[in-house]
Parts: sequence; structure tokens; C-alpha cells
Amino acid sequence: MSVMTDPGVSHTSILTPPSEFDLPPLTLGQRFIASILRNWQIYLMLAPMVIYFLIFAYRPMLGLTIAFKDFSLFKGIWGSPWVGLEHFRTLFEDPYFWRAVKNTVIISGLSLIFAFPAPIILALMFNELRHQGFKRMAQTIAYLPHFISIVIVAGIVVNFFAPSGIVNLILMKLGAEDPTYFLTKPEWFRPIFIGSNIWKEAGFESIIYLAAIAGVSPSLYESAKVDGATRFQMMYLITLPCILPTILIMLIIRIGNLLEVSFEYVILLYQPATYETADVITTWIYRQGLQNNNYDVATAAGVFNAVVAFTLVITANRLSRRLSKTSLW
Amino acid sequence: MSISTGSFDLYSRGDKFFGWAVTILLGLFVASTLYPFVYVLSASMSSGAAVARGDVVLTPKEITFDAFRYVMADRQFWVAYGNTFYYTIVGTLTSLAFIIPGAYALSRPQLPFRSGFNLFVAFTLWFNAGMIPVFLNIRDLGILDTRFAIIIAFAVNAFNAILMRNFFESVPRSFEEAARMDGANDFQILWRVYMPLSKPAIITVALFCAVFRWNGYFWAMVILRDQDKLPLQVYLKEIIVELNMSDEFATDLLSSSYSFETAIAAIIVLSIIPVIIVYPYIQKYFQKGVMLGGVKE
Repeated sequence: MSVMTDPGVSHTSILTPPSEFDLPPLTLGQRFIASILRNWQIYLMLAPMVIYFLIFAYRPMLGLTIAFKDFSLFKGIWGSPWVGLEHFRTLFEDPYFWRAVKNTVIISGLSLIFAFPAPIILALMFNELRHQGFKRMAQTIAYLPHFISIVIVAGIVVNFFAPSGIVNLILMKLGAEDPTYFLTKPEWFRPIFIGSNIWKEAGFESIIYLAAIAGVSPSLYESAKVDGATRFQMMYLITLPCILPTILIMLIIRIGNLLEVSFEYVILLYQPATYETADVITTWIYRQGLQNNNYDVATAAGVFNAVVAFTLVITANRLSRRLSKTSLW
Repeated sequence: MSISTGSFDLYSRGDKFFGWAVTILLGLFVASTLYPFVYVLSASMSSGAAVARGDVVLTPKEITFDAFRYVMADRQFWVAYGNTFYYTIVGTLTSLAFIIPGAYALSRPQLPFRSGFNLFVAFTLWFNAGMIPVFLNIRDLGILDTRFAIIIAFAVNAFNAILMRNFFESVPRSFEEAARMDGANDFQILWRVYMPLSKPAIITVALFCAVFRWNGYFWAMVILRDQDKLPLQVYLKEIIVELNMSDEFATDLLSSSYSFETAIAAIIVLSIIPVIIVYPYIQKYFQKGVMLGGVKE
């Protein structure tokens, strides 16, 4: 049934489905089929994306069942026998798994303390620059590292912190006797990891705060100036409070993603000597699953990870709804 | 803010000091952001001996382009380079082919079960199966070690789809109504009306997809075995991060004006060049794009 040619429908309702009054009563099934026929083009547009998600996002979720099975590649996901919670027992008794959980939380926590404020401070400073040319140049350069592949960043870091690298060179010139093997020292992993992450992302992340700052009403600054406020006072007492909602939302998103440590980057930077401080849940899963072929135990760890992460995200969204009256999605 | 560049004299002495302090701090930040690039560029153009002695700190010493010559003579480097362009271009176009019609459909109020479909997409943002099931899924589909898997298995990201949908929603519906009056069907409305109107959003999403493709290495490393299919990032990882050079590579380097270090620097420079070339053109889009997507999602 085409809406276009239905003479009983007035022109205002061309886009809305005809109401029940115009039609003979239909069963639910008939209405379902009718709605699909009427919107078949839109369904056709949606179909590829829905099929994509079914095959590549939802189908793997069935694979999560191997966390409860004694999985072997030959028997496949469905043929492998159930073993209940055995893999979770193995997991929770494994001190290396708990070490990975601990490292994940510590690296995330340290990132929250050191990396989270960096783009905020940067945005506040960009906003205070009066020379437009320098401002544009500084921002252009600050955003650049975001577009550099993590592999190259890791390559540069490895190069800089190598025994013969530039960092050791400078330290030796400053009087250090022997080069430090930074990347083999557990105590250096976290500072290098978080520091290079700040280098890569702080500039780019400042964009969002700059957008928030751009929305601050100029009249606030004008009246503050009349009252004789200094620029620092204006930054501290006007700009910062005005972008606080944005900061809060970003903070909540960050807490929701607490378990998400960039494992791609960890894999590039860590080595057995630094597992002690560097190994996170996802890298542990990677080694167990894809390198040692312990697919089932690794998947059990993945289930643990996903459930905790899901809970965190939902909690964070609740929190944001309560605080800002607007949910994140 | 209405304070113009030329009005420094309006400020008190404290404000002037504040202005200078900010400028100097940001100057330092810019310098430290730029330094690694400058160092790598200088090292790539210096002799291996000069780099080994630690003479290269800022500017190139004993300038030579042998490191570039050496790297560019490696067939595998160009294969990987070409693969990355292939994955970036074909991958981005594939992503758009899924995302644009899908997001348009999701944005239409007349779509039956609209909220259900939206939840279906958004759920994948909060919960994903994780590394091992995704790998086993690709394995079960029989597409391990294929370019097809790299292109298709990571084609749609729910975040980009929602970003696109939000943009389509913000286009006034009167455009759709007017086009329908003229007898256009849904495909024509999307192609002739909504896509031209949404150019900035489409470019933003394309940019996000392209950056993801250009930089991605993990799944290529896990899925691909065949050397001739590997993208540049996996090739780089094998060489610069794992210091995984062949014996030939190592001995070859001893007697020449380039070294392992300068060869790596040259590889890094060569792989950054395309990014630097397109960077000025994309800058205005990602600034908008982050604002589009940031807070809403």
C-alpha cells in the first residue's frame, strides 16, 4: 500500500503512517507486513548494517560460551563439552591474572590523575593566547601526534629510551655514569607509557574543551573586566566553572572506560622484564588466547572484563543522568 | 572574547606577566611535541656514525640520504606501503557504504521498530565480545589471512554510525518532504538531498574511519600471515619495535654510511609523510568532528 497514492490521506500525513481510522482493522501480523512493505526502501538501506552487526558483533557473543566449555579448535564452539565455571576457578586462582587486573586499575588510575587534566590545562592556556598566528600554529602542532600511528610512536619511544638513545645521551652528558635500560625496568614502564600517551593525545583531546570554552558568553568576561578582574582570575573564576559540565561528562566517560587501557600500545612497549608493572587484562588475554592457544581460559577473562566494563559504563551513565540531567546517550 | 590582539596596553602588569607565562609554557609544549619529529628527521639524514657517536641532537650531521636509499630499495617496504593505502581507501569507502544508508535509515521516524534498531546498534558500544571470540568468529567464517577480513570485519563502528545518524536527524525534515512531493524515492532523497547537505559530517566520519585504518596494526597482525598482505604498521612493528632485522639487514649495515638507527628513522619519516601531506586539508574537519561527536555520545 503506497502512502503517495492513498486518496483518503490528507497531504499533511504523507510521511506519517495512516492512522487506524482510515483503514479496515488489520491483525498485528498484517500491520507488520504492511509497515515493512511501505518502508521497504528504508529497510533495504538498513539491512547491510544490521547484517554486519549480526555477523561481526553479535555472532562473536555466542563465542563467549567457550568460557564455560573445554574448547578445542577441532570440535568447535558447539561441539566442545561444557565444564561449568572451571575456567573461572583457574582464572581466579592465577596470581598473574590478578596482577593484570591490578596493573589495569593502577595504569587507569594514574592516567586519570596525570593524563586527564592535561588537555584541560592545555585548552585553558590556548584560550589565553592573544597572538592569533602563534595560537593557530601551536594548535596545529598539538593535534598532529594524534594522527601518528601508535606503532611509530612506540618506535620513537623505543629509540629515545634505548641505552644508546637520546635520553641516555643527555643523562650521560649531565653526568650519569652508565646508560639506563629504561624499557627493561618495571619502575619506568608506567611513567613512559602514560607520558608518551599524554604527548600523543593531550593536544587532540583539548579540542573538546576549546569547543566548550568557545561557548562561554563574552559578556561574563566584559563585566568581570569592568570589576577589575585579572586574566588569571577570569580564567579560574569564569572559564573553568563554565566548562565544568564538559569536564564532568568527560570524567564520567573516562570512569566508564576504566578497564580500557590501550593494549595495542602496551603490547608494543612491554617485554617479559616489565610484565610485573605493564601486563594488563587485555594483554594477558592476548598472550593466553592468541599466543598460547588457551582460548577458553582467555575468553573467561574476557567475560570477566566485559561484565565489569559493562557495569562501569551503565553506572557512569546513571551518574551522569543524575548529575547533569542529560544522559550520555 | 572581545579583547583584541592589539590591546595589550589595557592589561595590568600582572596580566602581562600572565600572558607571557602562558606563551612561554605553550612554547615549551609545542617544542616538546615537535622535538621527536625533528630528531627523527635529522637522524634519518645523518650518517650512521654521527648518530652512534651522539652528535645528532637537533640538526643533521654528515648529511647523507643512504638510509632512505637503503629502505626504498626494500621491496617489502613498498608492498606494505601499498597495502596500507589499499586498506585505508577501500576500507574507508566500505565503511561509508555501510554507515551512510544505515544511519539514514536509523534517523527516519517512519522506520518501524526504530528504537529497537537503535538499541541494537548502540548496545555494541557498551558490550563487545572481546578479542578471542572475535578472532574465532573470523576463523570460523574461513576468512583468516584474507584482505577481505581486514576490510569487512571492522567496517562499521557503532560510534561513527550514531554520529552520522545524529547529523541526519538534525537536517530539517522539510527537505525530505519537499523531495517526496517531487516524486523522489528514499534512495534518491538520500543521494540527492541528504548526502550533499551532510558533506561535513560525511567527511568527518570518513576521516575517523581513515585514521583508524591507517593506524591500525593489531588485527592485521593477528589475522594476516602472508607477508604480501601486511600493512605498513605491521611491517614497522616487526622492524622498529621488535628490532627484528634479518641477518642480511644487520651485516649489510656494518660497512656503510647508514646504520640500523638511521634506517629506522628513515622508515619512520617515510611513513609519516602521507599524514603530513593530508594534514592541512583535514584539520578543519576534525575540529568540527570532535565537537559533533564528543559530548553527545
